[in-house]
Amino acid sequence: MDLRFENVSKRFGERLAVEIPQLTIRRGEFFTFVGPSGCGKSTTLNLIAGLEEPSSGTLQLGDRRLTHLPPHQRDVAFVFQSYALYPHRTVFGNLSFPLELAGLSRESIRERVRQAAELLGLDPLLEKYPRQLSGGERQRVAVGRAIVRQPQLFLFDEPLSNLDAPLRAQMRKELRHLHQRLGTTFIYVTHDQEEALSLSDRIAVMRKGRIQQCGLPRELYERPVNAFVASFFGSPSINLLPAALAAGPDGIAARIGELQLSLAGLDAKILEAGVVTLGIRPEHVRVSREPLPERWPAEISLVELHGGQTILELQLGGFSLTAVERAEARYREGEKVWVVIPEERVHLFDPSTGNRLGADSPGPTS
Amino acid sequence: MPSWQRLGVLLLLAAMLGFILGPFLWQVITALKPTAELGQLPPLLPSRPTGQHFSTVLGTPGFLRVFLNSVVVAGGTVLLVFLLSVPAAYALAKLGLRGRNPILALLLCLSMFPPIANVAPLYLLFIRLGIRDSLLAVVLAHSVYTLPFAVWILTNFFQEIPDDLYRAARVDGCSRLGVLRHIVLPLAVPGMLSVGLLVFVFSWNEFLYALTLTASESARTLPVAISLFPGVHEIPWGEIAAAAVLATLPTVLLMFIFQRRIISGLTAGAVKG
Amino acid sequence: MLWRERIGRYGYLAPAALFAASIALVPILVTFWLSFHRQMPIFGISRFVGLENYRFLLEDARFWNALGNTAYFAAFSVVLELGLGLTFALLLNRQFRGRAVARALVLIPWAVPNVVAARFWEWVYNADFGVLNYLLGIKINWLGDPLWALHAAILADVWKTTPFVVLLLLAGLQVIPEELYQAARIDGANAWQLFRHITLPLLKPVILLVLLFRTMDAARIFDLIFVLTGGGPANETETLVVYAYKLLYRTLQFGYGSTLSVAAFLFILALSLAYLHQLRRAWELRG
Repeated sequence: MDLRFENVSKRFGERLAVEIPQLTIRRGEFFTFVGPSGCGKSTTLNLIAGLEEPSSGTLQLGDRRLTHLPPHQRDVAFVFQSYALYPHRTVFGNLSFPLELAGLSRESIRERVRQAAELLGLDPLLEKYPRQLSGGERQRVAVGRAIVRQPQLFLFDEPLSNLDAPLRAQMRKELRHLHQRLGTTFIYVTHDQEEALSLSDRIAVMRKGRIQQCGLPRELYERPVNAFVASFFGSPSINLLPAALAAGPDGIAARIGELQLSLAGLDAKILEAGVVTLGIRPEHVRVSREPLPERWPAEISLVELHGGQTILELQLGGFSLTAVERAEARYREGEKVWVVIPEERVHLFDPSTGNRLGADSPGPTS
Repeated sequence: MPSWQRLGVLLLLAAMLGFILGPFLWQVITALKPTAELGQLPPLLPSRPTGQHFSTVLGTPGFLRVFLNSVVVAGGTVLLVFLLSVPAAYALAKLGLRGRNPILALLLCLSMFPPIANVAPLYLLFIRLGIRDSLLAVVLAHSVYTLPFAVWILTNFFQEIPDDLYRAARVDGCSRLGVLRHIVLPLAVPGMLSVGLLVFVFSWNEFLYALTLTASESARTLPVAISLFPGVHEIPWGEIAAAAVLATLPTVLLMFIFQRRIISGLTAGAVKG
Repeated sequence: MLWRERIGRYGYLAPAALFAASIALVPILVTFWLSFHRQMPIFGISRFVGLENYRFLLEDARFWNALGNTAYFAAFSVVLELGLGLTFALLLNRQFRGRAVARALVLIPWAVPNVVAARFWEWVYNADFGVLNYLLGIKINWLGDPLWALHAAILADVWKTTPFVVLLLLAGLQVIPEELYQAARIDGANAWQLFRHITLPLLKPVILLVLLFRTMDAARIFDLIFVLTGGGPANETETLVVYAYKLLYRTLQFGYGSTLSVAAFLFILALSLAYLHQLRRAWELRG
């Protein structure tokens, strides 16, 4: 069953928290809302759960209208960042609680709890109380409490934020497996772009209550609709440089600082923009020790080793660039190198609106 | 620490305990003294302790009646206050009421009114309702007096329960009332115990309402009875002492058993803000 | 859900609100209303007299006497309680064996009913067989002597309520972080400077709160004095509430008695508002 938003908005007093004119989350999808804190992603999740009521618009799950149903009648399960385990109940009691409320028989409760515990490896913990568990175990119990319900929707609000890095990576995998096995819709909220990219079937990027772009992870990364989305994804984040466009002998050229970059492939219409924001991802900046005429001379001002990769900060004529190179190249700070920016990897944005420019810019967000 | 300083601290402690315990102990000693020795000092201590005054007091049917009245009044007050304050505090702490802060401010103001401010109209009202000189009248007065305080403290205690638990339980299938029953009440037991004890002790000790709203032994509470202790000509000091000690026992015992709960109740809000 | 959910939550508040309104708020308003009347129910007298009662109040020497006694009682007892309470709290905040027992014992007077406390002290003060006279080796009629009676009542009140003060101050002392003392000691502060520059300022909000509670409580003192002296000798210990009680229930003047109740109420209200103002500033300063 698809979840459909129609003209949904939520205001807190004067402040607009969320505004989603149109959005469909498909049945069985792993869908993620991502954005910086305060962008409205958690409020959106609360609207779906019924913990907040929309100020206007409707929410529809299949042919069931959710908009004004109280949370306990929506048949959704929620995993909280704080886990929200009931401290006065054992792990078993936590898992069985929603089933008891649903009025299931004692045997079927035991059976369902057993299944969920097995799936998540909770068997040895069933008699313990939440305060006796580690962070990872609590997280697992919180997930377990959601899956015993066999709900129509799973809602996750930053469920991994309180875990340390190795555990987070492991739980990420487990969540993905769980989604494959259950086949139920997962709706996930996070501020972590990497988590969003690695987990999701589709992603909606939110900012100031509005969805900026919604699509496949690859689309968002490769063809961001604006400078915000471009800089939100990727680590280290995209280089954004002010550039002036001008017609040259070999087609269009961009002037960045004291340097020229030929953008011959662009349509001449782009010249109307005049000044643009030019984006290039660090991994697309090519660095080499071989001087060639069309390469820019640069000096390495900072080298950061990240295992197999190094992040380089480069000083060029009047501006700086971040680049990612393989660690084997063994660049040193202060070294003189040569830089190439491949034309086909360049993104252009309107400096005032931030919107993507050029013929390859995608249509309205889906 | 130099030893003279340690000695000074020790002396201060002894003086403090002497001041605090002295009048109480003196009353116990008096209650144990034979009647003949009440009118003479020395000796400070009874030549032979006697249980005579205690047995006289306990043998008076009126005393037991009044003691029972006090138990019923204090117990009934605790019950009524819980019945009214728990839902109110739940709404204030967890249901996101608009106008919550003005309501809390009003509560704080209301908890400051002195009993003299409403005792006369209550007296007239209860006469009209035909419930003056009944335990119910005292319970109603004590309940309304402690209600604002109870709501205030319980709101504080309920607020300590994380909002996410409320939300989780709602999503898991609880109605609002269900969350109160399954989550908030079990988790707030210590706080409720604090409030219940304080209300009980207040009601047990209260005098002005109990004095004016009752007229006969059938509704009188212990403090009233002790204030009215007979003896125009010969004052029965031994029996007064025994009755006073007996009247103190329940609350002092409660205080020793539940000391931590009482302290957390009294300091809730006061220290944390 | 909209309507029911939104209105429903106020339903939880309604019983308490209705109860408080009918048994507290409305009666308080009725007290004001009565204070403009000449009202003696048993004689069937009830008529509106406007401000007559208040005019009488201003000329009533016994009212001024009661107000003076109340103010004197409140000021004196609260200052003593705070001084003694602070001393006791500092003592009990030290490490020593048997501290838990000492802390429990100190609370005893708090659990004793006021009326019973009055009985305790009445017996201690007894002119003929009282242990106080015996220990001091003198013979003073503490409760019968106009010079001593009010002070005797103050001492009894100090005994009864100092535990409450100790309890709050002790809780306040315990939340002062130990690091602050360590830091100040490293900076070379001595014991007095620690107390003066760390303990006292950080305890100030709690102290103000204690003062608020205690002043309001002392200003409405009734039971202790009623049992201990009944307001005597010669009205030397009569406080506002004792006087109001006598008017209401001894002479059954519900009109003028209510006027006095209003006066007592307003007196207490004014005191607490003044404190609250101070308190809010203290909390704001602390952040």
